[in-house]
Amino acid sequence: MRNVSMLSAVFLGLCISGVTLADESKVALSPDTDTALVMARCSICHSADYIQMNGGFLKRANWEAEVKKMTKAFGAPVNDEEAGKIVDYLVRQYGVE
Amino acid sequence: MTTRRTLLQTALGGLAFSTGIAGQVARAALPQGAIDSATLERLPGKQPLIKRSYRPPNYETPLADFSSAITPNDRFFVRWHLMGITEVDAREWRLTIGGDGATKPYELTLDQLKSDFEAVELVAVCQCSGNRRGLSDPHVPGVEWGYGAMGNARWTGVRLKDVLERAGLSKETVEIAFDGADRPALDVTPDFIKSIPVWKAVDENTIIAYAMNGEPLPHHNGYPARLIVPGWTATYWMKQVVSIQALRKPLANFWMASAYRIPKGKFAFADRFISQENDATTPITEIVVNSVITSHADGQRVSRGSPLTLKGLAWDSGAGIRRVEVSRDGGRSWNVADLGDDLGRFSFRTWQFGLNAQDPGPLVLMARATNRQGSTQVSELIFNNPGYHNNVIQAVTLTVV
Repeated sequence: MRNVSMLSAVFLGLCISGVTLADESKVALSPDTDTALVMARCSICHSADYIQMNGGFLKRANWEAEVKKMTKAFGAPVNDEEAGKIVDYLVRQYGVE
Repeated sequence: MTTRRTLLQTALGGLAFSTGIAGQVARAALPQGAIDSATLERLPGKQPLIKRSYRPPNYETPLADFSSAITPNDRFFVRWHLMGITEVDAREWRLTIGGDGATKPYELTLDQLKSDFEAVELVAVCQCSGNRRGLSDPHVPGVEWGYGAMGNARWTGVRLKDVLERAGLSKETVEIAFDGADRPALDVTPDFIKSIPVWKAVDENTIIAYAMNGEPLPHHNGYPARLIVPGWTATYWMKQVVSIQALRKPLANFWMASAYRIPKGKFAFADRFISQENDATTPITEIVVNSVITSHADGQRVSRGSPLTLKGLAWDSGAGIRRVEVSRDGGRSWNVADLGDDLGRFSFRTWQFGLNAQDPGPLVLMARATNRQGSTQVSELIFNNPGYHNNVIQAVTLTVV
């Protein structure tokens, strides 16, 4: 039997009120001049919440490594100029210096 | 005061959990971005799970939902690497067995898989290699999992070694590789194909499962059939498996050569994957001994003087759990908890510990599992860049009022 604790009571409440079907269209990256570029390139292979959940702790070198992984290991169609802009955006909006 | 928001954050795995070091309690928390982007969402056929990413879908089970040793299918975590996920029609599904190490390649329908080989059943924990990555300190990039990228099920299927035997394995075979029906968005992206050493493939506990807790596998857990590699992390448990290849040379793709590797020398492990080792790293293999508190969450209020039963789960790579201990003084002293039913050495083992909170204020409770080989959990994280093997002793801080 489930142990009915305060936690599960709140959880049940959520089930009724706050739980929705999966829909990535509501993921909104921080608005910026390069948001459209980031969405256009990164969203080819994954939803933008991958960026959000890794927000707030990666330095420039880490974001560079992530973008390089996407282009070199996974073959993301992103040219060098775009990759530079994407890294700058990620550092600016989701990185730490 | 425990607010609704606190509990919501806890349900989402967002609130800091404490990790124990004797005499002090360190805090381990998900990155802020992971806390903010997590939502409770319902995939088709699933109960609400904690969404880490929509596409590919990565969803973990809230800790409060681990209330029994067996994880219900509709609460079982979801983890995919590639966005091209198709619903497999079981009538169309074929499993091809081949490769340069197979002298008699052949193909199976689902009916043939079920009828041509002896059915076997076992209970085993499926745990993502990166479970708890989000609690890494310092944080590391990746899917920022909390505690719930794991589940335990009763799997029904056939022994992989029986299937391989019919293919006539050559003596030169070093690895068996597995491909699922999922595909990358771009042809240039490495397909998710994984291999295991031939010795592990012919282990009698390694099976191709077509049922999970007595039901067909849920789509998101690998319908119509997936590999079960008891004791090893879930990266090898190929979902929707469509191809099994016997290889005379080690598989050298991104997913073997670059991903899912641990630094050599940092972790004690018994199961070596020699054909994939290099000077610095080796593939992750077996699950480390671990435990979790599921009955209570950080910040929860409990009544002074009322009996309290702390509950949780413990597991390892298949030695089996010898004991679970609970500390109520920050790790200075430990008391043995009661173990629940033994469902097999690869299974979650439930445990519980009764106590009576007398002193008002914070009450730190910690749990620590030890397996039958004497391996136990660590007090401090063994840091590694991919964020694997986090078995730091968990602690929850309750408030006695």
